[in-house]
Amino acid sequence: MTDASMPTATGTPERKVKSLTEIDARTAKRNAAEKRFKLYGMAAVVTGLLFLVMLVTAILTNGLPAFKRAVVEVEFTLTQDQFDAAESKLLKTAEYNTLFITALSETLRERGIDREFDAAAVDRLLGSVGGTIRAFYRENPDQIDQPVAFELAASSRVDRYLKGTFGRDDVTEEGNRFFINADFDLVDDMRDAGLIRSAFNWVFLTGVDTGVDNPGGAGIGASVLGSFLMMFVVLILALPIGVAASIYLEEFAPKNRFTDLIEVNISNLAAVPSIVFGILGLAVFIQFMHLPQSAPLVGGLVLTLMTLPTIIISTRASLKAVPPSIRGAALGIGASKMQTVFHHVLPLAMPGILTGTIIGLAQALGETAPLLLIGMVGFVARYPDSFVGGLEGPNSAMPAQIYNWAARSDAVFTEKAWGGIIVLLVFLLAMNLVAILLRRKFERRW
Amino acid sequence: MYDAPQVTKQETAVTDVKIQASDVQVYYGGNHAIKDVSVAIDDKTVTAFIGPSGCGKSTFLRCLNRMNDTIDICRVTGDIRIDGEDIYDKRVDPVQLRAKVGMVFQKPNPFPKSIYDNIAYGPRIHGMARNKAELDEIVEKALRRGAIWDEVKDRLDAPGTGLSGGQQQRLCIARAVATEPEVLLMDEPCSALDPIATAQVEELIDELRQNYAVVIVTHSMQQAARVSQKTAFFHLGNLVEYDDTSKIFTNPEDSRTESYITGRIG
Repeated sequence: MTDASMPTATGTPERKVKSLTEIDARTAKRNAAEKRFKLYGMAAVVTGLLFLVMLVTAILTNGLPAFKRAVVEVEFTLTQDQFDAAESKLLKTAEYNTLFITALSETLRERGIDREFDAAAVDRLLGSVGGTIRAFYRENPDQIDQPVAFELAASSRVDRYLKGTFGRDDVTEEGNRFFINADFDLVDDMRDAGLIRSAFNWVFLTGVDTGVDNPGGAGIGASVLGSFLMMFVVLILALPIGVAASIYLEEFAPKNRFTDLIEVNISNLAAVPSIVFGILGLAVFIQFMHLPQSAPLVGGLVLTLMTLPTIIISTRASLKAVPPSIRGAALGIGASKMQTVFHHVLPLAMPGILTGTIIGLAQALGETAPLLLIGMVGFVARYPDSFVGGLEGPNSAMPAQIYNWAARSDAVFTEKAWGGIIVLLVFLLAMNLVAILLRRKFERRW
Repeated sequence: MYDAPQVTKQETAVTDVKIQASDVQVYYGGNHAIKDVSVAIDDKTVTAFIGPSGCGKSTFLRCLNRMNDTIDICRVTGDIRIDGEDIYDKRVDPVQLRAKVGMVFQKPNPFPKSIYDNIAYGPRIHGMARNKAELDEIVEKALRRGAIWDEVKDRLDAPGTGLSGGQQQRLCIARAVATEPEVLLMDEPCSALDPIATAQVEELIDELRQNYAVVIVTHSMQQAARVSQKTAFFHLGNLVEYDDTSKIFTNPEDSRTESYITGRIG
């Protein structure tokens, strides 16, 4: 044990007495190496955090404006005579338009601003105001003769001008059908008069996709629904199939070459690029089984295939983590294999299984590539009319919608794409939170 | 003359053979773990299996309730009879066998459930109680037999895993007796316990002898000497010697037994 310090035959032991406060060269070198390693580690963490901060900042600065929209608030009173007169005209909405223009210029004049503008300008800035007003009074005739504060969504150009992403330099002298130079002055006036304010953009959350004519009205609602329908399909298929497969493989299957092969293949499946699952879905579900194209049902089936390996791997891991002594205890008092698994092993593995499932679902929620191949990137301008119709009918999904918007030329859609990323991230964070809460709730010690 | 057979009958009733094993071989893959073991285990007796680590005593114990079935590569041949019935018969369901042959493990392994549910689980799955009152009765009886009733009667809803090691092991014994087994197998039940808990469990084993055939695997020769009436010494997969405990520890026939109990091998 202490051979090195034993006296040798040739001489007396040479043991130098060293003070503990004196650090020798070897120790100093070792300590320096340790300090260096700590620094590298810290640098790595800081770099990672920096990228995260940059990412979050970029997403928030670009995406948050999508949740706000400019609205023009004008108080407007319609008399019964005006209503009757307008309703008797041939071009009814035009009549309301004229009434609104009068009201708007009066309001502006009251606040000390005198400006001439025509119906075309109102149409460019606020869309078809006349139609909106007429629809309101036809539905609420009791509001006639009463002052009503109309909140009208400003066009996307106005919105972007006020958000600072669109300016006078972006418009040529004569302008185009969406915006002319003089419109900036009118917007400035309305802002100075306090008629324009920023409101929460509910349409973005609840709306459907729109064309280039109305980029401001585009919303992510329909594709959120599409994503949820897909997640529903994934959950009801992948969870039972995945858990059943894992329980069989882990607890019942004989350990032989065949089950080894299955195991290796499941691990490999987890690493298959998602686009491959997409082309598989296209070939099998659409071309061979003739399921409808672009449908959340097919999207859900494809994502189920993708999610299954994740669920199986995490379920098997959590089944493995249940101590064998619990199985022995149950078997030892005469529980059958199945009773052992379902009464004792599965409840203990449940937090892990649920966590794995939710992580798998979250992965599937953010998946875009397979959806491109089964056609879930189309233009979806309406909500489905029923649950089954929603599963079978064409729809999009959040990431596909984001991809779609990001590819369009109008800068409003770019803003929507960033906003869509925020919505997607909120859902992913919520799912992860649920996973954490479930794990906390069901965690048991043994 | 006429009375004589009756006397003999009474004697056999006292030392009834509960388990008769003949020529048992166990293979783990290519490894021959148990070689030609034949042993007759008496009812209402504590039988101790002693021997150095890896000698096969635990493996043999696990043959008696077919726990080895759960290990894929394990193969058992030979003949093991409980009350004259071959337990490796194709018609025997190991689940039913294990209800009859209870087992207590080396490490206390209560279920992560309440104390009550730990005990009630076996009776529930075997349908031993028709209603809650009967189940309550079974649980109390089992806990009393496990000599732990007084310590836990006020907290039956508390988790079984929250008890101390010794209490957990007595809970596991109570759980094993709750299913009314006829044989109780104990695989080093005291190896994870401190001396006081060990003494309590040993005392309990002695009481259990009134009702069951108890087979205990132990590393402690003192424990074997204290609790058992019969002792079997295993070495390298062979049953070297099997006799009354007093004889094994005072006058062993085989030199290997003597070496082991005097601490020269092991």
